[in-house]
Amino acid sequence: MTLLAVDRLDAHHGMLHAVRGVSFALAAGDKLALVGANGAGKTTLLRAIAGAHPASAGTVRFDGADVTALPAHRRVGLGIALVPEGRRLFPDMTVLENLLVAGRRARPGPWTVDTVLDAFPLLRPLRDRRAAALSGGEQQAAAIARALMTNPRLVLLDEVSLGLAPVAVDAVYECLARLIATGTTVVLVEQDLGRAMRVADRVVCLLEGRIALDGPAAELSRERVTEAYFGLAGAGGGARPREAP
Amino acid sequence: MTWLNAVIQGVLLGAVYALFACGLSLMVGVMRIINLAHGDIAVVGAYLAWVIAERAGVSPFLAMIAALPVMLIAGHLLYTALISRSLRGGALVPLLTTFGLAIVVQNALQQVFSPDVRSLGAAAGAITTASWRITGALAISWFGVVILVVAVVVLGGLELLLRRTGLGRELRATAQDPDAAQLIGIDARAVYARATAIAVATAGLAGAFLAIRSTFEPGTGPSQLIFAFEAVVIGGFGSLWGTLLGGIVLGVAQALGARIDPQYSILAGHVVFLAVLASPRGRTLAARSSWA
Repeated sequence: MTLLAVDRLDAHHGMLHAVRGVSFALAAGDKLALVGANGAGKTTLLRAIAGAHPASAGTVRFDGADVTALPAHRRVGLGIALVPEGRRLFPDMTVLENLLVAGRRARPGPWTVDTVLDAFPLLRPLRDRRAAALSGGEQQAAAIARALMTNPRLVLLDEVSLGLAPVAVDAVYECLARLIATGTTVVLVEQDLGRAMRVADRVVCLLEGRIALDGPAAELSRERVTEAYFGLAGAGGGARPREAP
Repeated sequence: MTWLNAVIQGVLLGAVYALFACGLSLMVGVMRIINLAHGDIAVVGAYLAWVIAERAGVSPFLAMIAALPVMLIAGHLLYTALISRSLRGGALVPLLTTFGLAIVVQNALQQVFSPDVRSLGAAAGAITTASWRITGALAISWFGVVILVVAVVVLGGLELLLRRTGLGRELRATAQDPDAAQLIGIDARAVYARATAIAVATAGLAGAFLAIRSTFEPGTGPSQLIFAFEAVVIGGFGSLWGTLLGGIVLGVAQALGARIDPQYSILAGHVVFLAVLASPRGRTLAARSSWA
């Protein structure tokens, strides 16, 4: 079943054409790693899917419905959650308040404050701590937990491990593994290619706003992805855009 | 004893300023907007209470309660019709818009109600003149205490709303990071509209109390805006308890100034305001402009 279908999506930052005719589709339960260099358009693509950035052309369909014109807060109600780059917790609110405020307009579903804290046990002792007082890894876990409070069907995770100590990255990926085990559809933006390809079952590589490579994680070698990442793949015929199902 | 009297009268006066400052503080804290029409909106509240009291022949206290829902709706409309549009133009446009609104409101009030000075004091009955005489030189007015209690209930109640309720958490979340708020399903525009509605309603309440306590005319707004703004700055952005305290500090400063010489009353308030701005705390005001 197709959960998300992005069709010839364009998005601009002023004069910059950040996302250029991107098309791909995700089935429910897919785990997609979105890779690409800085400025390749990963964040803009995620934000356009979440409704936080306007699409200049193309469509985003979610669960069969065209959501291209819906504002971000309405898409949350349909089941799209974005964990933004830089965590973006509400700094002067406690961890518990960050969770509660996200749960207020949540879809019905399995995630409540209790089940989220069960899945992210490192947050339980930090419940009453101000979000700004958390370490980077704790903030990332709290940001994912906050997104889960909306009971999403699709979770978009931007730059999961950026700026985190290696040990904190391990803790965050443990949390992520629990999320993936529930069968939630996940799009993951990750600079660490090794980690991304271990978690994901599919890899899409963006280059200057276009999809340079799209394939199953198991069949792609690190070299193929690296070539696409740096735009070297064209000559070798490595880029093989896959038809959207 | 006269100094103690000045302090007590100052606290009661400060409660009026705090009530005026409440809505201004809320809008600064949640939306980063300084509503320059705030004082004039309060005067609209005063006229509304006056019209209701006059036409329906009810007590001004009943009239001000009847005016509250009207002011809530007016605040909602103010946001959707004016502020949301001007917010799209950047942070300075709402300042210009509300400045223009202030002029329009003042002139409209002149046109409709004439520049006559009015008061609801007489209609409110004995409560405005009754007082407890503690000693020969010290008396506490009933009505002053009523305003103090209302100010504590309104500002404290709103502070509780912000801390303890779902709506309050949404207001604070949107104030701290509107972009992240939309990503967890919060409609920032709806939240801002509610904040404006609450701010306008409390301004109307403050205006009605001013109308009972003293006099008002179409041009009363700007001076009230200055006192409200000073109370917000003295108390620090982003805290309603701070605003209550700021109002009281301003009131006490004015009363003590007047005790020295009546012409120093307003000046003493301005001096305290400027001292807070010049202090190290004043320099950090901009940094702590969101709801903690």
